[in-house]
Amino acid sequence: MAANPMSQFDVYRIGPEIKVGAFDISFTNASLFMILSTVSILLIFNFGSKKNSILPNKIQLLAELSYTFVSKMISDTAGSKAKPYFAFIFSLFMFVLFCNMFGMIPYTFTVTSHIIVTFVLAAFIFIGVTVIGFIKHGFGYLKLFVPSGVPAVLLPLIVVIEIISYLSRPISLSVRLFANMMAGHTMMKVFGGFVISLGIVGGWLPLSFSVALTGLEILVAFLQAYVFAILTCIYLNDALNLHH
Amino acid sequence: MVKKIYFQSIFFSFFFIKEAFAAESGGMPQLNPEFWVSQIFWLILTFGIMYLVLSKLILPKISNNLESRKSQILENIEAAEKQREDSDAKLKEYDEIISKSKLEANSIFNQAREKALKDIGAKREVLDKQIDNEIAEAEKEIDALRKKAPDKINKIAIETSSELLQKLIGAEVNNSSISAIVDDLSKRNVDKYYGN
Repeated sequence: MAANPMSQFDVYRIGPEIKVGAFDISFTNASLFMILSTVSILLIFNFGSKKNSILPNKIQLLAELSYTFVSKMISDTAGSKAKPYFAFIFSLFMFVLFCNMFGMIPYTFTVTSHIIVTFVLAAFIFIGVTVIGFIKHGFGYLKLFVPSGVPAVLLPLIVVIEIISYLSRPISLSVRLFANMMAGHTMMKVFGGFVISLGIVGGWLPLSFSVALTGLEILVAFLQAYVFAILTCIYLNDALNLHH
Repeated sequence: MVKKIYFQSIFFSFFFIKEAFAAESGGMPQLNPEFWVSQIFWLILTFGIMYLVLSKLILPKISNNLESRKSQILENIEAAEKQREDSDAKLKEYDEIISKSKLEANSIFNQAREKALKDIGAKREVLDKQIDNEIAEAEKEIDALRKKAPDKINKIAIETSSELLQKLIGAEVNNSSISAIVDDLSKRNVDKYYGN
């Protein structure tokens, strides 16, 4: 069981089965790590915002650096109009980042390695951005699919491509995060398995690979959270400032 | 390099996954819909609560902290600027006072020197005059004394010689004959006595 690199993604029930109507909403290991991530985010940012000292302590510095990092990311990509959505993108970035990072601890579960989780987030973003776009621009939002400066002959083709690319946004967004997380964790598990199977003689090579991969995966965990947030900003930018 | 290793290992891991799929009928646990609803429910619950707490309670506080720090730093910079300007102005004032007082001191010194020089000149003139007068008087006296001196000497010589003769000879000698001799002698030796 443990040798199977995919078994780390198994979701299992913790405690009793909870059913609402036909739906099973039991508390699982995935729920546990979602709660752990959100609670640690809330704790860190609560302690980081409690005292307002001119010279911040470490946790305040962490909270304020994250705040300015995300705020700069949003203002750089989506402009000043995106300010009302700052809290959402901040939560999104922090949630994905903490879920990814929690997954880097051995024997933990990576929430974001499940397509359903990332897809729900991406679908929510997609629907939200589309709604914002139609509220801001009405049917003028459809101009997003008609890029300016395109010859009329090519227009039918371009519009189809644009629509497909727009509709594939939630899929690409969710699969990117899910696949990165799953691949990285599977690979680490595989190399971990190699260390055991090759033993004390040949196990050093996969072990050194594992060490390097751990560093790489931490980078990937941060990078994917960043990419997820920045793509959300870019989609939001399309909805807020119709540039086409 | 790392990227190459990364992709190679992904490639290798797929072999492993394939074997795992073959071994276990379940395949990817991600595609097992058993707990999808549960995951969606807990995701919405936890993320929603976190979003609400962050957006309503924590993020405004952080933004407030940042704003207040920014404004305080600006205020401090402004205050520092103002104080520097103040100190610059005071320094200028101080310099002016110093240069002014230096000039004053110079002029006072010059005045005092001139006055002292004048006083010294006046006193010297007075003293010079006094000294001249005294010298003139002294010269006059000396002249008078010098003029009188031969007569007196002659007289003394006559009297002395008459008394001497009287004692030696015991006879009275005519004063006029003695004075004639003395006069004759003194005239003859006047050069020797006075150095004229």
